[in-house]
Amino acid sequence: MSYSPSTDADRARMLRTIGVDSIDDLFVDIPDAHRDPALDLPEALPEVDVLRLVRGLADQNQVPEGVPSFLGAGFYRHFVPALVDQQLLRSEWYTGYTPYQAEMTQGTLQSMYEFQSLVCRLTGMEVANASLYDGATALAEAVLMCRAITRRPGVVMAGTVHPAYREVAATYTQAVGVDIRTVNGWSRSDAGVAPDVAAVAAAIDDTTACVVLQRPDFFGWVVDPTPVVEAAERHGAKVVYVVTDPISLGLLTPPGDLGADVVAGELRSLVGPPAYGGPGAGMLATRKAFIRRLPGRIAGRTTDLDGQQGFVLTLQTREQHIRRERATSNITTNQALVALGAAISISALGPGGVRGLATRSLSAAHRCAAALKGVGATVFDAAPYFHEFILHAPRGGEATVEALAAHGVFGGYPLGRVEPALDDALLVCATDLTTRADVEALTNAWQAIHRG
Amino acid sequence: MPGRRSIVASEPLIFELASPGRPGVRPPLAQFDDVEPASVLPEGQIRESLDLPEVSEIDVMRHFVRLSQRNHSIDTAIYPLGSCTMKYNPKINEVTARLPGLLEPHPYQPETSVQGLLALIHDLEAVLGEIAGFATVTTQPAAGSQGEMVGLLCIQAWLRSRGERRTTVLVPDSAHGTNPATATMTGMRVEPLGTAADGNIDLAELDAKLNDDVAALMLTLPTTLGLFEQRILEVTRRVHAAGGQVYGDGANMNAMLGRVRPGDLGIDVMHLNLHKTFTTPHGGGGPGAGALGVQAHLAPFLPGPNIVKNGSGYALEPAGPDSIGRVHSHVGNVGNLVRGYTYIRSLGRDGMREVADDAVLHANYLRARLAPHYDIPYDRICMHEVVLAGTRQRSLGVRTTDIAKRLIDYGVHPPTVYFPLIVDEALMIEPTETESIESLDQFAEAMISVAHEAKTAPDLLHAAPSAAPVRRLDEVTANRSPDVNWINAD
Repeated sequence: MSYSPSTDADRARMLRTIGVDSIDDLFVDIPDAHRDPALDLPEALPEVDVLRLVRGLADQNQVPEGVPSFLGAGFYRHFVPALVDQQLLRSEWYTGYTPYQAEMTQGTLQSMYEFQSLVCRLTGMEVANASLYDGATALAEAVLMCRAITRRPGVVMAGTVHPAYREVAATYTQAVGVDIRTVNGWSRSDAGVAPDVAAVAAAIDDTTACVVLQRPDFFGWVVDPTPVVEAAERHGAKVVYVVTDPISLGLLTPPGDLGADVVAGELRSLVGPPAYGGPGAGMLATRKAFIRRLPGRIAGRTTDLDGQQGFVLTLQTREQHIRRERATSNITTNQALVALGAAISISALGPGGVRGLATRSLSAAHRCAAALKGVGATVFDAAPYFHEFILHAPRGGEATVEALAAHGVFGGYPLGRVEPALDDALLVCATDLTTRADVEALTNAWQAIHRG
Repeated sequence: MPGRRSIVASEPLIFELASPGRPGVRPPLAQFDDVEPASVLPEGQIRESLDLPEVSEIDVMRHFVRLSQRNHSIDTAIYPLGSCTMKYNPKINEVTARLPGLLEPHPYQPETSVQGLLALIHDLEAVLGEIAGFATVTTQPAAGSQGEMVGLLCIQAWLRSRGERRTTVLVPDSAHGTNPATATMTGMRVEPLGTAADGNIDLAELDAKLNDDVAALMLTLPTTLGLFEQRILEVTRRVHAAGGQVYGDGANMNAMLGRVRPGDLGIDVMHLNLHKTFTTPHGGGGPGAGALGVQAHLAPFLPGPNIVKNGSGYALEPAGPDSIGRVHSHVGNVGNLVRGYTYIRSLGRDGMREVADDAVLHANYLRARLAPHYDIPYDRICMHEVVLAGTRQRSLGVRTTDIAKRLIDYGVHPPTVYFPLIVDEALMIEPTETESIESLDQFAEAMISVAHEAKTAPDLLHAAPSAAPVRRLDEVTANRSPDVNWINAD
């Protein structure tokens, strides 16, 4: 029942060795009044029955297989090679612990080193850690890093950064004196919605520890960040980029070539479907100069006593188990298995595959926008975008999403949920997994709900 | 006898297996006519090169299979790391977590389209609250450390709501390093608290340090010495009398399942590591899931969104006005919540108690078997883990590191070493309930054999491991000139 192999005979033998009469004798330190509470829990279920129970819950949920989905907004679906999950199901990967005994965990340590190296190549940065919880906490840690590096209190946060990421950054910094100033970074007019990079650049001053931009940003836009980077340079502020879809790096100029000091991102889309938001994996990459400010685990390459190549956890004096209250962060458990999956995925896809998924996503989104225009919809596409765009929803974003869902399509994310000024707009995403039939279902549903 | 060195040759890096032009896995067929990126993206925004390795599918597969074989894992042999609860990860958990209805949904789908998922998480939170004795549980934290942060922020917010500001956190000297690190991240000051000779908190020192600046005591239960705090009710009573709160580090919940509910003992808030107690796999370091239970007075401050049940079903309720805010991009590591839920429903009520019973029995059995061979500084009935000291062996010129490395040659994973910090040459052993008596005996015999070798052939220990893929590694150079990215290594 509890997966314990012990028989009553085994237990009796162990009790004799210990020198006590019963298992109850091992729990005498628990206060009498509170020992052995009656728990209101259901009965045990054998494997088949528990599977039946959980499958019953799973079957109540709708999936893109049955309902074409144009949802993105920070959580993306891409093709993932079959070998990735085959690997993640290997016991030697998923039932191991943090590699504290290096000689017994060389596989995990080398894969971490390869992961870090691949993240650096994707982002154009010099060093990366071995993962954080998710993209949102990676941003929070990036902000804390920049505060520690610059000893300045201010953060200029573009309003085009994912709203949930901004909220998490606010939670993480509330107690330690960081002043986050959110600057819209976009403007609304009758003609639509357009980026406003100059407003972000103008908010940077000599108290700014860092400025945070997202690429592509929450609205899907790919904007030239040069004015912001130049302003940051003038004021000695660091530049942080958020990347919510690593596949975008297959096509877009990497943050390392755009003045990035820190890159914080989410890797989930390389490993599998959104899984209702987790587990994903946060990535954090920076310049070599700031390596000792990185939170979390880092694997390093070294040699053993025979001069043979080997790998270790390195720079551990940054971490909580050594440094305690002076650590760079409290993180210990990270998202190692998801990070491993990302490394395997990138390796299996190769440059052609990663770029291929990026260009197919870009094509799908632009063809989808064109198809919507073809049935009379308005797309706010004054700014260049990658695989996500803003669709005007004259009947209101929430109402439109509801009506589209009634026609069997998850049509997009209603932007009014986070920006009241955009309550007549949807964020629509298409990727390499979007089919012609999906787009047809969307345009048909759109026409149906706008007829008459 | 120590095993033989099974895999010797070092595995090249993935980059060294690459060959220009070698095709990877193909992306899907194009569903739409291509759009030329340069026709829609601004100048300077398209990358010129993408320097990733070009490796064939079979070589990628073999590379990572071979790497995996250079790991020890629970499914290989006993993995008795103290404080880590390395128990068997039931395979049915991996099946349920991959059901398309739980793996595919998007966070922003209409709530009506994910009722089963929301019901599962809602039920899991209720069941965890019942098991640990808390009024409200959130499963949003991604791991224990994040749960700690949420817990301390909630305590701060509760104090603020009463017009109080307190900045000190008492942390016993035996605590996990995450406790003091978390206190710092939440802007608080750490005041260490000593351990008495009997392994309990030193009450006199507690009294001396309790004052109106103490926000909380962070307490691991059972303690990292593997002992149940014998005066727990007195400890929580005194902290409350001084106006403070008690934070429970629930990393060691495996010892208490079905036997005692920490929430009944005066603990106000506690995290539970689903990846320790509730069998979600450790994954080589993550992902975990760190549910957080709180008593009713702290519930208004929990992060949002919360999953609530109303007349028409389940819904995501945004964080209330007093919430400390969000700590995850959505609602947490859902895949691991599915695994934990599967486990709890598999065990049921009686299975819970059997976990604690056998976990504690197994640890005490190892304590009894190893007592003649190793020092045990706090020698009384232990809970789910036992802490030995390699002090006897040190006097022979053998360090705990040497003992650990020699155990590798015996094919068993060493215990946690040099922790807790208050035990010299510590060896912290947590066998868990899922090891058989034969496996426990095999581990005990390896430990005894190594203790014997420390007397008769200490050089074997100094040179260990000799049966692993690599010998001892040069950490000093790795720290001094870090090589953490292959591109920079050239």
